[in-house]
Amino acid sequence: MSVAKPLPHDAAHLHVTGAARYVDDMPTPTGTLHLAFGLSTSASGSITALDLNAVRDAPGVVAVLTASDLPFANDVSPSAHDEPLLATEAVHYMGQPVFAVIAETHLQARFAARQARIEFVETTPIFSIEEALAADSRFEDGPRIYERGDAAGALDAAENTLSGSLHIGGQEHFYLEGQAALALPGEDGDMHVISSTQHPTEIQHKVADAIGLPMHAVRVETRRMGGGFGGKESQGNALAVACAVAARLTGRPCKMRYDRDDDMIVTGKRHDFRIDYDVGFDDEGHITALDVRHFTRCGWALDLSLPVADRAMLHADNGYWLPDVRIESHRLRTNTQSATAFRGFGGPQGMLGMERIVDHVAAELGHDPLVVRQKNFYASGGHISGTMKAQTTPYGQPVTDFILDGLVEQLRARSDYDARRTAIAEWNAANPVLKKGIALTPVKFGISFTLTHLNQAGALVHVYADGSIHLNHGGTEMGQGLFQKVAQVAASRFGVPLKAIKITATDTAKVPNTSATAASSGSDLNGMAVKAACDTIRDRMAEYLAQLHQCRPDAVKFEEGRVQAGKADYSFAEVAALIHQARISLSATGFYKTPDIEWDRIKGQGRPFFYFAYGAAVSEVVVDTLTGENRILRADILHDAGASLNPALDIGQVEGGYVQGAGWLTTEELVWDDQGRLRTHAPSTYKIPACADRPPVFNVALWEGENRADTIYKSKAVGEPPLMLGISAFLALSDAVSACGPTFPDLHAPATAEAVLAAIHRARDV
Amino acid sequence: MHTTFLLNGRQVTADTSPTTTLLDWLREDQHLTGTKEGCNEGDCGACSVIVTDDSGARALNACILFLPQIEGKAIRTVEGIAAADGTLHPIQKAMVKHHGSQCGFCTPGFITTMACAHLNGATDHDTQLAGNLCRCTGYAPIIRAAKEAETAPIPDHMHDARFLLTKNTTGHAPQERGAEPPTTPDALATWLDQNPDGTLIAGATDVGLWVTKQFRELGPVAFLNRIPDLAGVTITDTEIRIGATTTLSALHSAIATHYPAFAELIRRYGSVQVRNAATIGGNIANGSPIGDGSPALIALGASLHLRSVDGARSLPLEDFFVDYGKQDRAKNEFVEAITIPRAGDHLRCYKLSKRFDQDISAVCGCFWIEVADGVVTAARLAFGGMAGTPKRAAGAEAALVGNPWSETTVAAAMTALSQDFTPLSDMRASASYRMEAAQNMLLRAWLEDQGQMIDVLQVTA
Repeated sequence: MSVAKPLPHDAAHLHVTGAARYVDDMPTPTGTLHLAFGLSTSASGSITALDLNAVRDAPGVVAVLTASDLPFANDVSPSAHDEPLLATEAVHYMGQPVFAVIAETHLQARFAARQARIEFVETTPIFSIEEALAADSRFEDGPRIYERGDAAGALDAAENTLSGSLHIGGQEHFYLEGQAALALPGEDGDMHVISSTQHPTEIQHKVADAIGLPMHAVRVETRRMGGGFGGKESQGNALAVACAVAARLTGRPCKMRYDRDDDMIVTGKRHDFRIDYDVGFDDEGHITALDVRHFTRCGWALDLSLPVADRAMLHADNGYWLPDVRIESHRLRTNTQSATAFRGFGGPQGMLGMERIVDHVAAELGHDPLVVRQKNFYASGGHISGTMKAQTTPYGQPVTDFILDGLVEQLRARSDYDARRTAIAEWNAANPVLKKGIALTPVKFGISFTLTHLNQAGALVHVYADGSIHLNHGGTEMGQGLFQKVAQVAASRFGVPLKAIKITATDTAKVPNTSATAASSGSDLNGMAVKAACDTIRDRMAEYLAQLHQCRPDAVKFEEGRVQAGKADYSFAEVAALIHQARISLSATGFYKTPDIEWDRIKGQGRPFFYFAYGAAVSEVVVDTLTGENRILRADILHDAGASLNPALDIGQVEGGYVQGAGWLTTEELVWDDQGRLRTHAPSTYKIPACADRPPVFNVALWEGENRADTIYKSKAVGEPPLMLGISAFLALSDAVSACGPTFPDLHAPATAEAVLAAIHRARDV
Repeated sequence: MHTTFLLNGRQVTADTSPTTTLLDWLREDQHLTGTKEGCNEGDCGACSVIVTDDSGARALNACILFLPQIEGKAIRTVEGIAAADGTLHPIQKAMVKHHGSQCGFCTPGFITTMACAHLNGATDHDTQLAGNLCRCTGYAPIIRAAKEAETAPIPDHMHDARFLLTKNTTGHAPQERGAEPPTTPDALATWLDQNPDGTLIAGATDVGLWVTKQFRELGPVAFLNRIPDLAGVTITDTEIRIGATTTLSALHSAIATHYPAFAELIRRYGSVQVRNAATIGGNIANGSPIGDGSPALIALGASLHLRSVDGARSLPLEDFFVDYGKQDRAKNEFVEAITIPRAGDHLRCYKLSKRFDQDISAVCGCFWIEVADGVVTAARLAFGGMAGTPKRAAGAEAALVGNPWSETTVAAAMTALSQDFTPLSDMRASASYRMEAAQNMLLRAWLEDQGQMIDVLQVTA
């Protein structure tokens, strides 16, 4: 069986030789044209004059498109039809596409796009959460509220209470491959689009609407992305649609890729949040009441902000039983980039809010935060018997698979947490300038799309008469190793070596109506769909052989490239040829939908998640009290991937997720100026972790255990959850800052050196 | 313009405009798409290639490398790292084995940078790879791969130096309209006198962005890579003379034993790829208030040597910086060299940035403090990021000199510093943070002198 083996990424040999092709690497037909957007230089207002003469006169320009030139729908929104491809009159953020240049070369298009003269009548922009609240600028009529019990009453009755507020910055995806699309016009208006997207079906849908044809006229293909992280769930729509419209207009292939600065200026990022809280707790540290308010900066358009803000609410408990709880969420509209999906999809912000609250409670009581964490954990699902009902989340889902108690204890021991905490206190006593800190934080992350109908997947499998196998499914490959994991499933179902499986590009013409590869669902959904397709073909083979050799179909064995039926022993290729000669189909589709989930997002009640994925991390850090400079010194992680389909790829997700999460909360600071211009729009100014920023001691292990839910080979989703392990780095910094003085430091995220120094001042305030 | 060089062992001649980047030429003209564009400004390393010349092999960012800069050199791209028969390079094998690629887009740049470090026997992997960003892996598996490959033999085909073109085969001019490229400082002086609005291009780590990001028309350009007399470091008993086109990498090696604090500052300046291209003359001449070279050199008491057809002149480096965007340089003058007096080592350099590696300083404080019998006898406190130019803190210096080297004196200097500068707020730091950090750097210098542990980079778990 090839499942559970630590095999390399299927394209590793192509990556290391430079032979792996991304959209911009595809050989293009002669005459391919290139696009670039001209961008709004105002954050809020109306266009009063648009002088494009210099653009049209620039070298190599073939055509310039404005909103009025678009033949059909002017919309690239994934949800609410509120996001025009090109601004009509109103502009809503600095960087909004206003016109599109079509030119002979990429450089000519980029150059021409800068030659416009646009005049605006400016209106008062809304940038910050506070400005949006003051102006009541929001999506949805009012805040969404999920609650259980009587939080206000419980707060009144609590032995102790405290309040606080936490600012959490956004995050740029910084996929190394920028957004890109190529549209190849076909016969009769057909359009073939090659797109760097996590959501080919949505590209297909938006392109079809934009060129006025049914979806069957549009085929979208995605072999791989150079990173996605959620940033290619909806943000690729604009490029694909623009290319398709331009290709329709010119009859020539059209390609577009954003220059890095444009990519960062145009596209959405992780939502930034302010989280306010009032918490009640007893003297032992049990949290008895919680009232938490999420203020979410959504940017100018809706995009995916509602499910993001919902997911933040759904993770406001993280791993803790909250008897009386009220979670209020405000989705605020601002004149900034439309915030979008980013690994964790709101979960990280909600979870960080809760972890901060636990730290604050522990600080108030003078306890080790880990002890307070453990006191508040959900009851272990392992002990739930018929007589004892599982505890439920604030939204009413029973937590029946809880393992954080055991997992955290194991990590505590493996990481030598207690001894190190003592040693750090001693070190801090001896060092006046530098201070160390340590934190252990858990992760409980809900797996499933909260929009229930998205939890479905399709697959298409062909076995050729020579025994080679063509594999296709609706998931997309962005580096996470989905294609390899799913190929391992297929190889295991047929009992063939992995090299018998041909992995192919995601293609809306092969598997239709797919969901985005998002919500960590890729291998859960597509693995099951592929299993179903493979089993259909395998069952046909088994049935035929069983008849031929007078055995039961379930006695036909597919192992190690051989097929045994009764006393007969065939190679898999021989069986394929035999089945073909018997005029039995060697092709099948597969389909899967996640069972047992239902969710009412308005009431905030139901079972949105099929199961939870768990993990925990211990981070140790050092801060410089003179400048706030800081380093991660060590990280120890224990993460739950269920029965891993591929432990090597899963550990890769865990290591990478931790570093990405730590980056979000430390050096990755997005800065806009008072005009709404993003000032951190390139790697020169926006600092993702570099090589030396990873923890120099980095111990990562997978939890031994299988998923209690019936998932593909009992594995668990692993894409998003590890990002939230990075929260431990942030809270370790807070712990180090706390060593500087008696006051809770209220460290805000990202904990840049400047933010850390500010927190040190607060800690020292008496 | 024609540029002749070796590409993956094969001699090629490119016919391009002088500001066509190697990356665009590789991808658009040669259809060698393994080399990636990640940022087009030299900050991500996805376009890294190996460039070999007489001085050895080094990694460079192809996105801000103009073709004339590689005249007569050997270029190796990711397509030329495996052997001709397809046998993977040890670095490639190790990267596959240790799962060093996920999305794979940064991988070619990592492979070339790692293969270059392997070729050079460099094992300081974090420093070697500071200029290659990866968003997927968290770097740990990449470092495992680099470590594993350390001892593997270098594949034969990686030795490009053997195949370098001889000088006389590349004697034709990489210059437009038949003009000879300057090959001596005198010729450059003449060229600049005739082209006072011309652009001098040495490493192109800044000028490259004028082209790739700003689409600036450069007008006449002169590439300085063919003027040997402008490069190199000469050390005598009394001074260290650094030619203007000395790269930061070369400078690092030359001064490491003399001024280790400056060397450590340079280690954090840009990345390997940037330091291999960027020149100290360019770092000074562009007048940036946030370049790291100038504060250190001012603290070292450096002199700047300018040259033109009218002759040569020298001035203290700090006097070169007149105001933001304005330097004491006539239009026909160019930076020829810089000299540092040799007088013990009293230098401390503190670079403060959001990220430790490959980040522009919010504040860079470089201090030369001499103490005799417990009294400060000389102080040059130079800062970057605190004013419109790299600048000395006159008030803080005055508060130090002649006073006991004590916490009280340092406190007085910190107070005085608040009168020396009025820093700005920007995306790197707020004005108040800049001031506080700059003041605390003075305190840090004193604490360091008292034996306190002050450097987070020296702490382990």
